Amino acid sequence: MDRLLNVTTVLSIFLLIMVLVSVRRAHIRVEYSVSWLLASAAMLILSRARPVLEYITRHAGIPDTPLTLFLIAGSIFLIMFFRFSVIISHLRDDNVALAQRVAILEFQIRSISQTIPETTPR
Amino acid sequence: MHPTGDDSLLIIVPAYNEEAAVGDVVRSVRQSVPGVPVLVLDDCSGDATVGVARAAGAEVLSLPHHLGLGGCVQAGYKLAHELGFRNVIRVDGDGQHDPRDIPRIFEKLKTSGCEMVIGSRFAETDAMYTSRLRSLGIRFFRAVLRPILGKPVHDPTSGFVGVNHKALEVFSRSFPLTYPEIEALVVLQRRRFRFEEVPCKMRPRTTGRSSITPWKSLYYIAHVLLGVFVNVLKYDRRYHSARPKSPGEQAASALRSANSPLGRAQAQARAPVPPPAGG
Repeated sequence: MDRLLNVTTVLSIFLLIMVLVSVRRAHIRVEYSVSWLLASAAMLILSRARPVLEYITRHAGIPDTPLTLFLIAGSIFLIMFFRFSVIISHLRDDNVALAQRVAILEFQIRSISQTIPETTPR
Repeated sequence: MHPTGDDSLLIIVPAYNEEAAVGDVVRSVRQSVPGVPVLVLDDCSGDATVGVARAAGAEVLSLPHHLGLGGCVQAGYKLAHELGFRNVIRVDGDGQHDPRDIPRIFEKLKTSGCEMVIGSRFAETDAMYTSRLRSLGIRFFRAVLRPILGKPVHDPTSGFVGVNHKALEVFSRSFPLTYPEIEALVVLQRRRFRFEEVPCKMRPRTTGRSSITPWKSLYYIAHVLLGVFVNVLKYDRRYHSARPKSPGEQAASALRSANSPLGRAQAQARAPVPPPAGG
């Protein structure tokens, strides 16, 4: 059990550092790093606060403490994936609308330029 | 390319890598409906679709990247709506639709008063123009759509479709991006729009291959079913309350409105302003 909690602690710290480095290098925007930072911080706290984990295990009726940790971690990441799916869907809609607008504007520019008579430079 | 008259018509031809077919499609459309503008919607083809379409006499709306059929068709609807066209008929760029059917679809669109006319392969006969698997899928969707639409639709997957300005306005705002034909029917139904079917001929594909393979058919069915279900969930009460109110209902509604804070404020705003005291 202790070994498992140590492994999750190391993983959480690794994730935390990775996210911070990515934010610093501007690979992730700050607003999208918040969920990852919160998730890794939550994992770190749970890994180090064994009484809390055992309290949750007892009250939730889960047969095993490590299972509680993985259930919580899984739930956190599922929520995050859902949140990112929402963001991706918005981006996709915006992207389609922008592509359509660009195409329409290009079409109209082309139509206008065809109606303007060509002038010869002096 | 500008609309002329109250019954202006635009033909849109979505095309993706259709250099072998699109030229003939444009030429035969122009022969069938002379003087009607033809707009090819190029979904970022990697071949000479744009050049071939322009050479055949069509205007081309070129998308900056590949959007898929729904996004491509919606771009055409948006442009037609912004230019002020009253009617739009979509003809696929693969040459399977017979442009000689366009005048009948347009006539039905003008005379029936419905918002959408579908060129149907099965409106008169149950002839098989497609593979057995696809035919099975069409039958399945007919059965699914029957209770939702309130009337039978023989060819829900047909891309040979005409829409009037009302449907054009709706589709330019909201149009399914992937596999749009079936979902578009449900989008229209949400607004209590009507559709009719006109029997049309379907020609065998001479070039290219259909994007829907047998394996993709399963994904298609799941995707479209989900899209239909979501559109049914979006059922909007506003469009289904067109029934005129009885005098009793009108009085009750007015009373409710007068008793609400907003109603009182509106009544005060409507009241004549009293003359200034001592004036």
